[in-house]
Amino acid sequence: MCGIAGFVGGQDTPEVTRGTLGRMIRTLRHRGPDGFGYHLGEGVGLAHARLAIIDLATGQQPIRNERGTVWTVLNGEIFNYRELRRTLEAQGHAFYTHSDTEVIVHLYEQYGDDFVDHLNGQFAIALWDTERRRLLLARDRTGIRPLFHASAGGRLWFGSEVKALLAVQPKLGVLDPHGVAQALTYWGTIDPGTVFRDVASVPPGHVLALEADGRRSLRRYWDWEFPELQDGRQQRPFGSIDEAAGALRELLVDAVRLQLRADVPVGAYLSGGLDSSGVVALIRHYTNNPLRTFSVAFEDAEFDESDFQARMVAHLGTEHTTLRCTRRDIGEAFPQLIEHTEAPVLRTAGVPLMLLAGDVQRHGFRVVLTGEGADEVFGGYDLFKEAKVRRFWARQPGSTWRPRLFERLYGYLAHSPVANAAMAQSFFGRGMEHRDRAVFAHLPRWTTSQRALAFFSAEWRAQVEGWDPLATFEATLPPAIGRWSPLARDQYVEAHSLLASYLLPMQGDRPAMAHSVEGRYPFLDHRVVEFGNRLPDHWKIRGLTEKDVLRRALAGLLPEQIRQRTKQPYRAPDQGSFFFDGEPLDYVADVLSGDSLREAGYFHPDRVGRLFDKCRRGQAIGFADNQAFVGILSTMLVHRQRVRHGSGV
Amino acid sequence: MSAELARITADIRTYILENLMFSDDGSVLANDASLLEKGVIDSTGVLELAMFLETQFGISVKADDLLPQNFDSVDSMAGFVHRAINSEVAAAAAV
Repeated sequence: MCGIAGFVGGQDTPEVTRGTLGRMIRTLRHRGPDGFGYHLGEGVGLAHARLAIIDLATGQQPIRNERGTVWTVLNGEIFNYRELRRTLEAQGHAFYTHSDTEVIVHLYEQYGDDFVDHLNGQFAIALWDTERRRLLLARDRTGIRPLFHASAGGRLWFGSEVKALLAVQPKLGVLDPHGVAQALTYWGTIDPGTVFRDVASVPPGHVLALEADGRRSLRRYWDWEFPELQDGRQQRPFGSIDEAAGALRELLVDAVRLQLRADVPVGAYLSGGLDSSGVVALIRHYTNNPLRTFSVAFEDAEFDESDFQARMVAHLGTEHTTLRCTRRDIGEAFPQLIEHTEAPVLRTAGVPLMLLAGDVQRHGFRVVLTGEGADEVFGGYDLFKEAKVRRFWARQPGSTWRPRLFERLYGYLAHSPVANAAMAQSFFGRGMEHRDRAVFAHLPRWTTSQRALAFFSAEWRAQVEGWDPLATFEATLPPAIGRWSPLARDQYVEAHSLLASYLLPMQGDRPAMAHSVEGRYPFLDHRVVEFGNRLPDHWKIRGLTEKDVLRRALAGLLPEQIRQRTKQPYRAPDQGSFFFDGEPLDYVADVLSGDSLREAGYFHPDRVGRLFDKCRRGQAIGFADNQAFVGILSTMLVHRQRVRHGSGV
Repeated sequence: MSAELARITADIRTYILENLMFSDDGSVLANDASLLEKGVIDSTGVLELAMFLETQFGISVKADDLLPQNFDSVDSMAGFVHRAINSEVAAAAAV
């Protein structure tokens, strides 16, 4: 894991180029505290901040090929580098390090731009071909590692985080109302967009090429693809679900083995749910890796999963550390999280993960495996089940018993109006006319979060007037999606919205990298994703039981109570983390003051003032209010850290 | 409309404008507009409104009362509260 930065274009002296690169890469020291490395060429500069994990002795970057005609910097890991190296050496390539990064330059020599097809990993790569004077920027398939770029001053600038670009081009620090509207609706911006008007991301699964003559091309090399329905039916790639579960276990074992590759000790997160418990159990049963686990616990019982964590610790006998997190811890550390996300968030859930990464670092670990991705690949979220019930109901809208399935789905909301059949019909019956659209499942979520846009100032509201979030998202979808199963459609949208735009950056990469910790995700090994995508819907969600094939794959490895446990969303206290005894934390009062809001110009001060007072009184109990408050506060923090002060504090 | 019903309607309307729509622009809320359709309330929004009605008007909202016909608009809520107040008054008088 590391940070990368650089540029192409211009004609500076080596001293000036070195200074420019230095300013960029120093902003990424948290991603790579073990030293900086540079490649300076005519009109090009590559910089690297290293977090040494593989090949501690000789793995310094940038890395070159035999003739010094191809140079690269990598943020991330190439897990299958040993296998690739053997093949490349057999093809005549000579290696001068033991680093995983070196396979990239030789793969490029061998396969050209298709080198990415051979990589199993999580990566953001910049590659410079000195002979053809072309730059490639490549990003891993699901978007685990970030990579941004912008054009300014006659150059293309790139970096692992936007702050590296702002360090040399502070004028790029301008928020885009459309980007912020997306962030407050979808929970993140749709690639390649960002909340910064003139900064773009390299989308997951894409390679951006900048040629010597200035031409640019963006090519998708991988995507979440699902089989098309045949006569309205899904094909079964295995004879039975248990046969599929057996094959899945073998694949997961291999994914975990690959992702344990490191020259430093590797730990794991243990949330107490099926996914992280499954990863830890696979490590225990199939590898010799010493088991070292970490978890977060909350003072607030509503969010706490300590009991389940303790059960897993006892079952597997891991050496375990629990970080106890209070509401005040979350509120006070929130600005630090936003320093790293550089974008608005709607939940505080990234903060405990950032604090946990600090704990991991203090215990001497740099790498942790986690269960992220299983819900997307195997249909774990309530949203998928909710959509299943809504579609079932929509086939007979007059039915009075079909909507009663919501009572089963939301049994834990027994005292909520949702448990009341008539209310359930009112809540979930909305938007039924969209049932044939690929974004159908996501309508309720986006409708709730989009209420935050009502707080925009008149100027910003005018700029996003008429914006249609459904149509905008649909424009990004592949034509074939209409021929996929309903769950496949929902999974595709989820993978390109919440996973890529929120979970992986805001709860994954950024909080962990804040403390130089690398998260690894066996469920997002692309072979696991491709395997899951081939399975029929009912092997993922059987009735209203989520991740059925995964539960079967993990049979015998977990206590039954964990294996059969219903998915509990990971959450942390939201607006309640910012007010104590009716008083806001000092910075919250300052950032959300009328003067601050007016100076920034994004939000309506009176409306935000009313929401602020409601939160202060402890009356903001709903998701919409909580998300709006956290979204507004984080947007204002981005403004302070990245816009008003340019490159940040 | 009785004076009592008008007062109840005004109180509910003000609460929704200030606490759910965060606005003082009365033109954005028609008394017969569906709050569910407009996306003003979700499941937790109904709970919040029920808490407000109990506190403001001294009535008791039972689980069976959480129906769309009682909570979907300012008018429907005002009617519900009006009926609840009067039935509680009648019940007290009968005792």
